[in-house]
Amino acid sequence: MVAIPMKTPETARVELHDELPSTTVEELAPLYRQMLAIRRLEEASAKAYSQGKIGGFLHLIIGQEAVCTGAIAALRPDDYVVATYREHGHAYAKGVPARPILAELYGKKTGLVRGLGGSMHLFDKATNFLGGYGIVGGHVPIAAGAAFASKYRGDGRVTLCFFGEGASTIGGFAEGLSLAALWKLPIVLICENNQYSMGTPLYRSLAVEDVSLRALAHGMPRDRFDGDDVIKVKRRIAEAVERARETGEPTLVEVITYRFRGHSMSDPGLYRTKDEVEEWRRRDPLNRCRARLVEVGMDEAALTALEDDVKAEIEDAVRFAEDSPAADDYLSYVEKV
Amino acid sequence: MPVISYREALNQAMREEMEHDPNVFIMGEEVGHYNGAYKVTQGLLQRFSERRVVDTPIAEMGFAGIGVGAAMVGLRPIIEFMTFNFSLVAIDQIINNAAKIYQMSGGQFHVPIVFRGPSGPAVQVSSQHSQSFESFYAHVPGLKVVMPSTAYDAKGLLKSAIRDDNPVVFMEGETLYGMTGEVPAEEYTLPLGKGDVKRAGTHVTLVAWSRMVHTCLDAAKVLAADGIEAEVVDPRTLRPLDTELIVTSVKKTGRCVIVEVGWPMAGFGAEVAYRVQRGCLDHLDAPIERVTSDDVPMPYAKNLEDEVQPQVKDVVAAVRRTLYLD
Ligand SMILES: Cc1ncc(C[n+]2csc(CCOP(=O)(O)OP(=O)(O)O)c2C)c(N)n1
Ligand SMILES: [Mg+2]
Repeated sequence: MVAIPMKTPETARVELHDELPSTTVEELAPLYRQMLAIRRLEEASAKAYSQGKIGGFLHLIIGQEAVCTGAIAALRPDDYVVATYREHGHAYAKGVPARPILAELYGKKTGLVRGLGGSMHLFDKATNFLGGYGIVGGHVPIAAGAAFASKYRGDGRVTLCFFGEGASTIGGFAEGLSLAALWKLPIVLICENNQYSMGTPLYRSLAVEDVSLRALAHGMPRDRFDGDDVIKVKRRIAEAVERARETGEPTLVEVITYRFRGHSMSDPGLYRTKDEVEEWRRRDPLNRCRARLVEVGMDEAALTALEDDVKAEIEDAVRFAEDSPAADDYLSYVEKV
Repeated sequence: MPVISYREALNQAMREEMEHDPNVFIMGEEVGHYNGAYKVTQGLLQRFSERRVVDTPIAEMGFAGIGVGAAMVGLRPIIEFMTFNFSLVAIDQIINNAAKIYQMSGGQFHVPIVFRGPSGPAVQVSSQHSQSFESFYAHVPGLKVVMPSTAYDAKGLLKSAIRDDNPVVFMEGETLYGMTGEVPAEEYTLPLGKGDVKRAGTHVTLVAWSRMVHTCLDAAKVLAADGIEAEVVDPRTLRPLDTELIVTSVKKTGRCVIVEVGWPMAGFGAEVAYRVQRGCLDHLDAPIERVTSDDVPMPYAKNLEDEVQPQVKDVVAAVRRTLYLD
């Protein structure tokens, strides 16, 4: 068994400006495209929500795109992803097209789960996207279960499980983590620490604000870094994925990030100062990614073409969602008793 | 009489009880600094400080258990679940501890605790967030289950729940918070276990609680246009159940329709139906009807969500069946 070295920061402080890994246009351009598409998809959803075309809860990931994009870029197609209710981007990054995602949000028959799940419950068997879950922490053991199956069958797959830092205080997380560690399940537990759980800032929900430290109690490798560079996320998650695949060892990874909008569409986010939000917006991972692309040699014309292409893709998805027929069946997928 | 919202009525109940009794405190997610996810605890942090309005991390099992422990030794916790969907994470504390300790300890320890929060289907929040668990809790000896339908009932019943020496599961209607009604300025309480006739009628008894009371009142209006006078009985508390009130009404009308937004299988309405046939067999002129949600997890799409839940037309149709009209 090869031991893959871990990067464990000495302190709880995150290096916000640590050195960026090198990359190429070939590697970065598709990731930029994904991040941009996720951003546009979320913006289109927000617009449709304000027009009353999408209902219920809508949790946007705007500002955090580099995390799901970079992390999922480290996977093989047969690897599994399990996520929360804030999961449109994760589904898209795993390969689910924008059309059925948006149609689902619209509650249409052509939606990814036929209008039954809505924003919080995207599932896609074809891309091994094992779901979006609405009960905080409840999905962590499920993800460990998928990893258990991979170990059981020896299929070499790895599971990525995403959750917020707010989930780190609930039993589902604690129990999933300890079982994954005990049984050495091939899973990477990714805490997307966006520093708020609804209106609660970190310092009011955690005695120790470094979630990754929980790994130590289980003898589990951990990592913790700032998540605004998509390539950095990809590299660091790739290490954990490789460790899981090669040695079966799980890793707890904490990625520091920030959501630009409220918790959901109904949250005005009054618990944060304008300055704080502005500061994070200035470091927008999407802009950083674009700037890097220019740095590594992509010309403006190519970038514009890519951006136009994304615009067309999302506009098409919106039209598709708008024009699709209403959902019309809720009885086919329950066992009749 | 002042007209206030259901939300405000609940807020007043907690505020007044906290003024009365320094042992009463509130604990839950976003109850303090955020003023409540549904703003039911608005202003309480400002009034009572962080000592008595305690924001928690996401740890329902933990803070429900902290409530039980604190209650055993003399405090009177109000534990807010952001919604009752999340109470499932804490249900071990509610059922295995809160409900049992008084009996398990041979009567030495009371657990004067209220578990409260919004319950029942909301709008388009899909299967994990649109559920009605009153039948779960009403099943358990050691718990009381309260489900008010109006602002007036909400205030009077919550105050009684807080004063009760045993655990009360107080389930508020997630879609009722904005509904307004008359609430006296003077202090009052309403007894747990006593129902209320929300509309008098002679032809049929509709039994419903929480939001379904309003669906039944709307149905009663539709029926009245055809000369059918429905009596709407709201038990308000499911456990203990005011069987007397329901039976008296059905003895008068001879017909009974039970309307609930929960699932049909083992739903609370089945218990009501049992008690009605037990108490009114000789008075029944038709089989007892039940109207429930369809036997499925709640779909997201608005049109499907409406189809799944009892609507006025479903209640009207059930009443007409008891009258052999169609
Ligand atoms: C068990 C449970 N309790 C409460 C909630 C309500 N709730 C939904 S999201 C959320 C905050 C979660 O914060 P975090 O885990 O940091 O994820 P983020 O939303 O920031 O991505 C809360 C309290 C829930 N869904 N499940
Ligand atoms: Mg968070």
